[in-house]
Amino acid sequence: MVVAIALLTILLLPLLLSDFRLKLVGRFLSLAILALGIDLIWGYTGLLSLGHGIFFALGGYALAMHLNLQLPDGQIPEFFSLYGVQDLPWFWQPFYSMPFTFVAIWVIPMVTAGLLGYLVFRNRIRGVYFSILTQAMLVVFFNFFNGQQKLINGTNGLKTDTATVMGVLMGSDGAQMALFILTVVILALAYGLCRWLTGGRFGRLLIAIRDDESRTRFLGYNPTSFKTFVFAVSGALAGIAGALYTVQSGIVSPQYMEIAFSIEMVIWVAVGGRGTLIGAIIGALMVNLARSFLSEQFPEVWLFFQGILFLGVVTVLPQGIVGWLRSEAGSQMRSLLGRPQRVSTYSSLETDPEVQYEHENLSH
Amino acid sequence: MSLFASSLFDGISIGAVLLMSALGLSIVFGLMGVINLAHGEMMMLGAYTTYVVQNGAKALGGGLWLNLYIFPALVLAFVVAALVGLFLERNIIRLLYGRPLETLLATWGVSLILRQFVRSVSWGFVAGLVIFAVLFWGGRWVLQRFRPGGLGRMHQGAIALITLLSIGISVTAGYGLTGLGETSFWGKLWFSARNVDVTPPGWLQGGLSLGTVTLPYARLFIISLMVVCLVGIYWFLQRSPWGLRIRAVTQNRQMSACLGIPTDRVDALAFALGSGLAGVAGCAVTLLGSVGPNLGSNYIVDAFMVVVVGGVGQLLGSIVAAMGIGITSYLIGSGTLGFVLSNMGASFLQPVIDILDFFATSSMAKVMIFALIIGFLQIRPAGLFPQQGRSVDV
Repeated sequence: MVVAIALLTILLLPLLLSDFRLKLVGRFLSLAILALGIDLIWGYTGLLSLGHGIFFALGGYALAMHLNLQLPDGQIPEFFSLYGVQDLPWFWQPFYSMPFTFVAIWVIPMVTAGLLGYLVFRNRIRGVYFSILTQAMLVVFFNFFNGQQKLINGTNGLKTDTATVMGVLMGSDGAQMALFILTVVILALAYGLCRWLTGGRFGRLLIAIRDDESRTRFLGYNPTSFKTFVFAVSGALAGIAGALYTVQSGIVSPQYMEIAFSIEMVIWVAVGGRGTLIGAIIGALMVNLARSFLSEQFPEVWLFFQGILFLGVVTVLPQGIVGWLRSEAGSQMRSLLGRPQRVSTYSSLETDPEVQYEHENLSH
Repeated sequence: MSLFASSLFDGISIGAVLLMSALGLSIVFGLMGVINLAHGEMMMLGAYTTYVVQNGAKALGGGLWLNLYIFPALVLAFVVAALVGLFLERNIIRLLYGRPLETLLATWGVSLILRQFVRSVSWGFVAGLVIFAVLFWGGRWVLQRFRPGGLGRMHQGAIALITLLSIGISVTAGYGLTGLGETSFWGKLWFSARNVDVTPPGWLQGGLSLGTVTLPYARLFIISLMVVCLVGIYWFLQRSPWGLRIRAVTQNRQMSACLGIPTDRVDALAFALGSGLAGVAGCAVTLLGSVGPNLGSNYIVDAFMVVVVGGVGQLLGSIVAAMGIGITSYLIGSGTLGFVLSNMGASFLQPVIDILDFFATSSMAKVMIFALIIGFLQIRPAGLFPQQGRSVDV
C-alpha cells in the first residue's frame, strides 16, 4: 500500500505539476517527515516539543556545510573572507567527507535531542514545563546560530543552490528531480519505521506513558529511557527532513529556528490527527498547501488564518481530520441515514433518550 | 566600580519588567496549570494603549497632560489587557480545561491573531469585527430565545450556519471598507507594522546623579512601579478574600470546589489579573524602547524561564528568579562582568574572562543563562521554592 502510493507519487506528480510546484511539493513532503517525528513524540508519547526547529536546522546545516565545502583544494567558503577568517574553523573539517556528512545529518540532531531530552526527563519535568523549556532551547540555538557570523555566516545562512556535487549543480532541474524522488522514498521509509515502532509493545508503552506516566512508572517501567529514546528518534527524523528541505529550497538559515515555525509544525500534526501517522503526513501537506496558496493571494490574511486554525483545531476538532474520520464520521453518516447508532455496550441504555437526559443533567 | 553599579542598576530594571510580566504567568500557571503563550501580546497591548493615551494627551494640547499621561496610561493598560484576558479565559481557555498542552497551542493562535491585529487594524477592520460580533452573538441569542420547535438535532447546524454567515458578511464588509484606500477614514491603519515611539514625560527624562553614577529616572520609575505592583499583589493574595480563594484553589482545586469556592470565577479573576499585570509591564517597557507588534516575544521566553526557575505560584521564587535572570543576563550581555574581573587583575581568572567575553552580547548571554538554568534544574527540578505536597504529579 505504502509502496504503491510512493510509486504513484513519483510517477504521476512530475507529469501533472510544473517544475516550480513540484519543487514546492517536494519541500512539503520533507516537512511531512518532520511531522512524522513530531507525531511520534506528541501523538504517541504526549511530549509537546516546541523546539523541533533545532533538530531540523541542525540537519540542514550539516548538509549545507558539506555542500559549501565542494571547492578546489585550499579554498574556504567565500563568506569567511567577509569576516576576515583565514582558516577553516575546526568543526568544519570533518564535513569534507561525504560519508561522514550523511551520518552526521541524522546523528548530530539525534545526539543533541537525546542529550537535551535526558537532562530534562531525568528530573521528571514534563507537560507544559517541558514545552516551554524546549522553546527556550530553541531561542538559545537561534541566538547562537544567528550571532556567530564568523563560524557559520550568522543571519545570512548557508546557500546550497550553487554547489556542485560530482559535476551536478544542486540547483539544476535534474538534481531537484532526483531529490524529489529521494524525498518520497525516505518519507515512505520513515513511515515504515514509525509504523514499526508504534505497532508493537513499544508503541503501547509510549501510549501508556502519554496516558498516565506515574502509573507506568509504578508498573516497573522507566519512562525516562523510553522518552529519551523516542525524542532522539524524533530528532533524527527532523534532521533528515531538515537536510532534504534545505537542498530543495536552496538555503539554510537561522530562520528555520524561529519560534513560530516550530509551533507551526505541531499544528500540522494536530490538523491531520494526533496518534495517527498518516494524519501527520496529510496534515503537513494540507496546511502547507493552504499556506502557500493563501500567502500568495492575501499575505496579511495568513496569520489570521493560522491563528484561527490553531484555535479551531484545538477546540472543535481535537482528534484531527483522520482521527475524526476514524471515530465519528461513521456514526454521523449513520445518523444522517436514519439508522440506529452503533454502540459497544448496553445498547438499550445508551440509546434511551431519557437515560441520556439524566446522564447529561444530573451528573453535574 | 561605577560602571558595575550602573550596569547592576540597569539589570535590576530589566529584572523588574521581567518580574511584572512573570508574576501573572506564575499565578495563572500555579492556579490552572496553563501557560499563556499570548501573555507577551498582553504586554504589547499595554504598550499600544500607552501610545494611544500619549497621542490623546498630545491632542489635548500637551503641557500638563503630556507630563501626567503616564498615570492614566498605566491604569488603562491594566484595564485593556485585563479585559482581553477575561475574554480569552471565558471563551477559549475555559473550553480546554484539563488539557494544558492544547491550551498552549490555542493561546499561541490568539497571540498570532493579536499580532496581526495591531498590524492591520483600521476603522474598516473594526467595523467588520463589530458586524461579526453583532451577527454571531445576536444570532445565537435569537436562537436561544426563540428556539424554534423541532429544531432538535439541527441546532448544531444552525450555529454553524450563523457562524459561516456572519464570517462571510463581516469579511466582505471589512474588505469593502478597507478597500477604500490607505488614505480614507475607513482604510487608514491605526498603527501599521512599523514600530511606534512613545516619548517619556519630561520629568522621566534625564537621571539622578550619585557621585559618578547616573541613574536614569525612567528606570527608577520602572523599579518603583514594580515595587508597587509587588506590594499590591502581596496584599491582594494574602489579605483579601479573593486572594485567599485563589490560594486555596492553587493548593487543591477539588477540595476548594467542595467547600463552595466558585473555582470558575477564581480562574477568570486570576487570569484577568495576570493579563492586567502584563499590560502594566508593557506600559513600563515603552519607557525603554520603541513599541512594535513583536514587542512581547522579546520578553516572553525570559518570563517563562522565571516561572520555571522560581517555582509554581510562589511570589518569593518569582522575585528571586526574575532579579537573578535579569541582572545576570545584563551583566554578562553588556560585558561588564568580564570587564570588572579583568580590572581586578588576577591572571588566574583569565580563562573565565575569555569565556565571559565570548558570551558578551545580549543574544549570547541568553545562551549562557539557559545553560545555567538547565544546570540548576538538575539540582532543583521543581524550581527554587517547590510546593510541598504528597502528589506524585508535581
